[in-house]
Order: sequence, then structure tokens, then C-alpha cells
Amino acid sequence: MRRRDFLAATGAVAGTLALRADLASATPEQAQEAIRALVGGGTLRKGRVKLDLPPLVENGNAVPLTVTVDSAMSAMDRVRAIHVIAEKNPQPVVAVLRFGPRAGRAAASTRIRLADTQTVVAVAEMADGTFWSGSAEALVTMSACVEGV
Amino acid sequence: MARTLINMPKRARRGEIVEIKAMIAHVMETGYRRTETGAAIPRDILRLFVCTCDGEEVFRAEIHPGIAANPYFAFSALAAGSGTFVFSWTGDNGFAATESVRLEIE
Repeated sequence: MRRRDFLAATGAVAGTLALRADLASATPEQAQEAIRALVGGGTLRKGRVKLDLPPLVENGNAVPLTVTVDSAMSAMDRVRAIHVIAEKNPQPVVAVLRFGPRAGRAAASTRIRLADTQTVVAVAEMADGTFWSGSAEALVTMSACVEGV
Repeated sequence: MARTLINMPKRARRGEIVEIKAMIAHVMETGYRRTETGAAIPRDILRLFVCTCDGEEVFRAEIHPGIAANPYFAFSALAAGSGTFVFSWTGDNGFAATESVRLEIE
């Protein structure tokens, strides 16, 4: 292989890798941006939201997550939605869980993907217009979305 | 139609809170992965899961690529009266699936 061809080829690969690195992770700033966008003019307070994640995640492709909000789910005190945000995933917003008039408890579980060791934040949007947040750290040993097919 | 699995009681007392677990078989391809040759694998995910009871909304999840394959949601509902719970999933490439379960009040 001629030197020029080699450089062109490796350059192209490096370019692709750089692009993938851009795609692979959002920044905590982007996550903060997403939280600001959903809170709008309201204020975000810490508390009332309990986020359960395994502290050590072997496989980031399916991480069990349970979020519970301290709310009676009465007419006055209701959770409208819970936003789950993972700051180092390619897209920080993982899911928005909304509770309708027939919801029971202010709690839900699902399984999420984690691209890296990070802090996951849950923001609860209450019917009275207030926002509360809780977070959990997860140490990820095998990341989601790195393997090919 | 995709395989679904719903776990909830068939009978409940009035005013009781029933636990519901719903899962569906779906690859949830994120759109961020590539094949060995470097070609991007197009996104194919579910976008929305909704559970209603006699038309009244119980729970809704707006789904992004960060939800794991075979999306699973566990939540609860207030058993206000006998009714039919309808579960529906919609997603990319015109994906749609619906399931229903009847709950009787004792």
C-alpha cells in the first residue's frame, strides 16, 4: 500500500471514530439543558423522588430502574410526570413516564440503557406546578451501544 | 404482531391499587450502532406506550432509544370499578400493537 493511500484510509477511520465519539455521549451540560427546558420558569428542588438503580451494572444494555415519588396521588397532591435523564447517554432523555387520572401509586419501573458510568436523574413534575428531583449513581462495566452487529 | 406479556390481577376489591407489568418483544435499535463494515443501522424503536382503563388514562411512557430492548414497564392503577385495560404500543416503521385485559371488581 502506498503511503498516501494508507494515510487517506487511516484518516478516514479516525474521522469516523471522532464522529462516533460525538454521537456516543451527551455532556452533563446537555442534560442540564434538557432539565432546564422541562422545568421552564419553575424551580427545581431536591427531594421527594427516590431513584433505584443497581450501584454496579455489569451490562449497560438493560439496567433495572425504579422511581418512586413521595406523593399521595390525591386530587391535590399528584405526580403528573417523571422524566428520566442519563447525562452521558447519546440522548440524555431516556423516558418520560406520565400518570393519568386512574394511576395508583406514584411509582414505576422499567429497564434502561446506560452508555457509561454516570449519574441518572429523575425529575418529577407535580400537578401543582412544582418540580422535584432525585438521582442515583451507576458504575457501568460494560456499556450499551458500543458493540457492532 | 409482536409478542406481549401482561401481568395483572383479573379481580380486585373496589379502591384497591393493582400492580401492572407490561412487556413487549421489540429490538429497540437505537440508530447509534454500526455494522462491521461501518454502515449505520437505522433506528427502529417504540415511541409510545399507553395504558387506559375504559378510555381513562392510567399510565403513558414516552420512549427514547435509552430504553432497553423488549421494553418493560411496571406501574399501578386504581381499581375504581370493573373495566377493560387497554395497552397499546406504537413505534417506528408503523409499529403498532394492542392488548387488553378485563378487571372485575368483587
